[in-house]
Amino acid sequence: MTRSLGLLLLMCAWLVPVASAIDVETLSDPQLRARYETITEELRCLVCQNQTIADSNAELAVDLRNQVREMLQNGATDAQIRDYMTARYGDFVLYKPPLRPRTWALWFAPAIVLLGAFVAVLRIVSRHRRAPAETD
Amino acid sequence: MTLRSALPALIVLALIVLFWGGLKLDPRKIDSPYLGKPAPRFDMEDLFTPDQRVVIDEWAGQAFVLNVWGTWCAECYREHETLLRIKAQGRIPLVGLNWRDERPKALQYLAQSGNPFERVGFDPQGRNAIDWGVYGAPETFLVDAQGTVVHKHIGALDWATWQRDFISRLGATGAQGMTP
Repeated sequence: MTRSLGLLLLMCAWLVPVASAIDVETLSDPQLRARYETITEELRCLVCQNQTIADSNAELAVDLRNQVREMLQNGATDAQIRDYMTARYGDFVLYKPPLRPRTWALWFAPAIVLLGAFVAVLRIVSRHRRAPAETD
Repeated sequence: MTLRSALPALIVLALIVLFWGGLKLDPRKIDSPYLGKPAPRFDMEDLFTPDQRVVIDEWAGQAFVLNVWGTWCAECYREHETLLRIKAQGRIPLVGLNWRDERPKALQYLAQSGNPFERVGFDPQGRNAIDWGVYGAPETFLVDAQGTVVHKHIGALDWATWQRDFISRLGATGAQGMTP
């Protein structure tokens, strides 16, 4: 029993996400390091598009991490770093797309579809409630 | 009644059209936010003479092409013929951005395969490449005489693409002031 449980846990280890890429340089200030980790988790690596620049070992990701680190050391705000990246790489570099007229469909379509489905279900249910009285 | 019963099918059809169109988009080709906007600056060490700089101001008032390449980039070898032909055509200067490369390798490559560039900047840390929003090589930018980025090509450049996407834009965007 304990052995099979251990085996199960071992198998689950495969599901644990691989640790993020390793930087040569690190920020000594814990506050800056926390911000660095948050920001690099939000930026897409454009070479390996389904990874953040924090996860990726692609050379471009290394360069962009260096850039983020340097900007943090020079006192840039998080917004300034995001603006710097989007000015060069467009909104695509952000994992969370910004809310603009162009992205309204992206942000609101799920809610609208859900609402539509809810209304449809309500109507079907109410029709079924009325129907038996008429047929029986 | 017929419209109502056809509605689900219409919605599904609309989704199929939408997704079918989406399939044809290449997610690897990301539009440059610089298109139609002033070109970012570059200021790099000269690949050939390290004590000189290759600065964008040299091409102020004249159209030029910036080509991002590296000897580590296989696609760059493929487009080299095209670059040499562009140089021979002589309509517009080619400026090279040697990205994340090693100087001896880059010099040897140009010596062996021919140098299509008017100047080549050396960008081993990729600083200038980041400023231009470069995320792969080769990438080729067309900057017009007013200093506006008018086109970006991602991937190896062939002659047909050059004529279609670059030369066609040259006439329209004021080729005056170009070196013959």
